[in-house]
Amino acid sequence: MSYATVIPEFVLRQSFIELDARSRAQTLMDPGSWRELVGPFDRIESPWLPEQGIAPQFDDGCVVLKGAIAGKATVVIALEGGFQAGSMGEVSGAKMAAALDLATRDSQNGKKTVAVLLLETGGVRLQEANLGLNAIAEVMASILALRQHAPVITVIAGTVGCFGGMALAAGLSSYIVMTPEARLGLNGPEVIEQESGIEEFDSSDRALIWAINGGEQRVAMGVADELVLDDAQKIAAIVRSHVEAGLPAVHRSQQVDLYRERIRALDTSRQIDPLTLRETWGGKTTVSKTRKGVTR
Amino acid sequence: MSIQVGLRGKAWFEALTGKNSPMAGDPDSVLTADVKIGEDTARFLCVVPNPQARFPCARRGEVGLEEAYTLAARVNEVIEQNTSGDKQPISARPIIAIVDVKSQAYGRREETAAIFLACATAAEAYASARMKGHPVITLVVGQAISGGFLTHGYQANRILAFDDSDVVIHAMHKEAAARITLRTVAELDRLGHEIAPLSYDVRDYAKLGLLHKLLHVEDPDKPAQATVTQVQKELIDAIADARAGSTDLGNRLTSKAARETRKASVAARAHIEEQWMKA
Repeated sequence: MSYATVIPEFVLRQSFIELDARSRAQTLMDPGSWRELVGPFDRIESPWLPEQGIAPQFDDGCVVLKGAIAGKATVVIALEGGFQAGSMGEVSGAKMAAALDLATRDSQNGKKTVAVLLLETGGVRLQEANLGLNAIAEVMASILALRQHAPVITVIAGTVGCFGGMALAAGLSSYIVMTPEARLGLNGPEVIEQESGIEEFDSSDRALIWAINGGEQRVAMGVADELVLDDAQKIAAIVRSHVEAGLPAVHRSQQVDLYRERIRALDTSRQIDPLTLRETWGGKTTVSKTRKGVTR
Repeated sequence: MSIQVGLRGKAWFEALTGKNSPMAGDPDSVLTADVKIGEDTARFLCVVPNPQARFPCARRGEVGLEEAYTLAARVNEVIEQNTSGDKQPISARPIIAIVDVKSQAYGRREETAAIFLACATAAEAYASARMKGHPVITLVVGQAISGGFLTHGYQANRILAFDDSDVVIHAMHKEAAARITLRTVAELDRLGHEIAPLSYDVRDYAKLGLLHKLLHVEDPDKPAQATVTQVQKELIDAIADARAGSTDLGNRLTSKAARETRKASVAARAHIEEQWMKA
């Protein structure tokens, strides 16, 4: 193949990662179908940050778009990784939970409404501490309520990744879509190094971090569903296919016995080689009706 | 951090259930018992330290992989007992989470084996029980911190906590929160007195409107019979209150304290709803 045929696609693709939360959400929805709810002009912002000398943001880092994907009623909720590392505060959490609850109410009333979550977040916003943690508990409750009616699709594109309590929210999703740049985990590498020492986790070892938390590993070991390259059109197509697929037969977070057995079978006398989990776990837990593997 | 985390939880589990061992096949770190309380046979669950745990980062009362999946399985069992078989439908049994957890387990093994999913399964089990009408009551007797609390306790309809200086409900323990927010522990303490959600004092936590009730108990480290009877009565009241209320977490927004402290939540939700109807 010549350069002319190989390079153009790569060069011309629109990166999703380089988009801000608002543009990411807009890219996924049917053109002209959406409207932003409680946007920056409404100025619903954190009441706690100014008291601590931190500039709040008019949308509190949470963008809510109501519209359609593949013609189906959908709400896209995107966290802005560029504001306080996408951390969950009182207001951003209330916006997310409220939108999920309204999607549930519409679904109960016959208008099935899907939710797509774009998660770029370090978890709880520590400047709002207990209200952030509770906000995550409420978001989790709202995801579970909606999931009885319509799928909740989580997209983790990077570069912040999805950590802390919001990783539990991702874990409750019907489907998880990741790029190779994205990471998903409960405790970030810095937190583990700080709490358990550098022998446990060297947070400067990027290869180790991606070997454990990276999108390729999470999909290959079966705890996420789709690996897709950083291309806005491809990510939109994958999201569309999951909106159309509807609910999975069984959610991953309901497969307690399967995972309990897998944990029992682990040799815990030394660190676990991530690659072995691709072999022993990978491919068997897939609940998605769509094809696995990288979408190119 | 005290090395004693989890021991108070164990003491209260024993005091309320008369039992102190895990169910068959479970790790030593998760205690489960079915015990009569009022007219009900409730399932009590508690995570306790297990110095011999297979996972080295989950030996001091943290919620790790084994703990999370065991909680999930034991809670799901209660839901299944209620929905399977051709017996007469019985009133959904209460589930009582006794909470004294210092955190989730901070280990590489845990991350590699996707502890986020393990914790999600337990939270889902508690939330599913709640949505299916089981009164899910959380009793915070010691620490309830971060992912440990999200996994074990935060999906309850009703949260009770002891009014005691050793009770800590928080997003992250003090030293780590200070490092990450680039503050000193002294600064964090000062801010906590001014800004309720930052406080490590359970009385400030009560101001957020998330608690059903703060319980004043004598010597919570050594539960005396009178204190146990008092707490049992509070649990029975909370069960009745949960049965009379909704199965979502709405009471955390409508309580008197929440209407005051969570004004921003109430406003954000109202604006979203108003614009949703128009969109």
